[in-house]
Amino acid sequence: MSTPLLSARDVNVRFGITRPGDMPWTKPRRLHAVNGVSFDIMPGQTLGVVGESGCGKSTLARALIRTVPATGQVIWEGREDLLALSPRKMLAYRSDIQMIFQDPLASLNPRMTLGQIISEPLRTHRPDLSRDEVRTRVARIMDRVGLLPQMINRYPHEFSGGQCQRIGIARALAVEPKLLICDEPVSALDVSIQAQVVELLQELQRDLNLAILFIAHDLSVVKHISDEVMVLYLGRVMEAAPKERLYTDPQHPYTQALMSAVPVPDPKIERTKTIIPLSGDLPSPMSPPSGCVFRTRCPRAQADCAETVPAPGTDVHRCACLHPGPLSAEEVA
Amino acid sequence: MVANQHKMEALADRLSEEDPVAGRSLWADARRRFFANRAAVAGLGILLVVALFAAFGGLIAQWSNEELDYAVMGAIATEGAPSLSNGHYFGTDDLGRDLFARTVQGTQVSLMVGLVGALVAVVVGTIYGATAGYVGGRVDSVMMRAVDILMAIPYMFVLILILVMYGRSMTALFVGLGLISWLEMSRIVRGQTLSLKNREFIEAARATGVPAVTIIRRHVVPNLLGVIAVYATLLVPLMILTESFISFLGLGVQEPLTSLGALISEGAGTIAYGTIWQLGFPLLFFCLTLFGFFFVGDGLRDALDPKDR
Repeated sequence: MSTPLLSARDVNVRFGITRPGDMPWTKPRRLHAVNGVSFDIMPGQTLGVVGESGCGKSTLARALIRTVPATGQVIWEGREDLLALSPRKMLAYRSDIQMIFQDPLASLNPRMTLGQIISEPLRTHRPDLSRDEVRTRVARIMDRVGLLPQMINRYPHEFSGGQCQRIGIARALAVEPKLLICDEPVSALDVSIQAQVVELLQELQRDLNLAILFIAHDLSVVKHISDEVMVLYLGRVMEAAPKERLYTDPQHPYTQALMSAVPVPDPKIERTKTIIPLSGDLPSPMSPPSGCVFRTRCPRAQADCAETVPAPGTDVHRCACLHPGPLSAEEVA
Repeated sequence: MVANQHKMEALADRLSEEDPVAGRSLWADARRRFFANRAAVAGLGILLVVALFAAFGGLIAQWSNEELDYAVMGAIATEGAPSLSNGHYFGTDDLGRDLFARTVQGTQVSLMVGLVGALVAVVVGTIYGATAGYVGGRVDSVMMRAVDILMAIPYMFVLILILVMYGRSMTALFVGLGLISWLEMSRIVRGQTLSLKNREFIEAARATGVPAVTIIRRHVVPNLLGVIAVYATLLVPLMILTESFISFLGLGVQEPLTSLGALISEGAGTIAYGTIWQLGFPLLFFCLTLFGFFFVGDGLRDALDPKDR
């Protein structure tokens, strides 16, 4: 087996929350945003990360590029632990890991032209390049993502959402990264534009042998693009498996509930299929339930779920549940 | 149909041209909105006239600002009135000096005080506020508490003390105005920086590894310039007002220099002797300058207001 491009081991992110009115010496309350998450990304492969809003997907991505403080290990190409590097040494790896963002327009500086935006990572990481070389590279990458060369002096507000996302992709790819982190790259776009952007990402992945960490809450998009899928809930891994296995044979009750909520574009199936309702709201991440964090909403919760924290294990198909397996008809109702 | 076909071909040609299209920046948009605003353009016109008066008024003046006209001395109320024949376009002051030349000088000094005060506010306030806001955390707390403490001191009192202790010089006045002018600015800039800091394009720059100083310079400050420009134009008249007040008290600009405030003060002192022009002309230029700056400031705010976009 080849070495993973990036392998995360037991990544934790904790935030200290101070409320207004707290005294300076009051201990801040802990918010455990990402809790013991481990995964591997192979070169040229895609890992999809799904979960509800506020489950720590974006925080996990930000932990990998170190814009939020995290503990644990993130091993790059089997050599270097990114979380242990000094900020100066980390700089060398920043061109290898690039990110594209959810809101395409907000991720572009409104005062800069398209050319300035796309060339910024190049100017930061390759100060040795001459002006002309930068211009050639920008033109090449613009052509690659489907932007016309005469757009180079325009400003972000003159573009549509889909075009802005292409600009974001061009900026990320300008420095030829090995890993692209996509934080809900298509959630803010129309369905037709979503398809175009996903197609573009897949095409680029094939041509450049990119690894992608694809964060989304849309299960069908994730199914389309991913090789492996990881389901998060309240900062913990619930289930992770190769795409086919996860989608055909989900073991964790939470995954099954998520899957059942995906609309099927066939009225006959849509009418007969059962949606597994999840009662209640997402618990506050400040005071997560004891034991299994999902037990408060799980249709199959038992007494022991409140005591033991289920471990996801290390199999190809990881499932953090004490009582895995497909839900029966009685449990669903 | 044939004509249509030609049109279509022309359109296709234009679309496939390789020439880069120059985009319209947000600045260009704001400029268009500003020049569509009549009050703002009028304000800009007034300011231009005042600036030309201050810069070139001395060339038109028949008398210098230091000469005493012995012909009118002792009979200012009758002989010193504004007149074209003896060259005193605005009349003379109490001592027989040409008021036109004095007003030119006063306008120069007042404009300079306003612009220097605002410049200090822009430079110091922006750097201070943007740093505090971007770095955040404890550094931010300490820096902003320092501003709070400085703001809590009654500045007029301190300004008067400085002028009394270190002599009534222009330098002391500039230092005094500079010390207070940047406080409000740094607060505004810090607040704006805080809201900018969490925008995704800043995060994108940080993720790429752009150094903090470059992020402040390249991403934060250009997006603050609108607010800064508006606030600076509104700050200039405030500085002029403060200086005039100090000069009115007799603590500010000293003879032989003068400012609009000092001239108004002199004019107000002699109003009972029927020499109304000694108050009128400086006051006219004072009001014109203030109106001009306020109108331009309002116009800029409307033009740059992101909510209008």
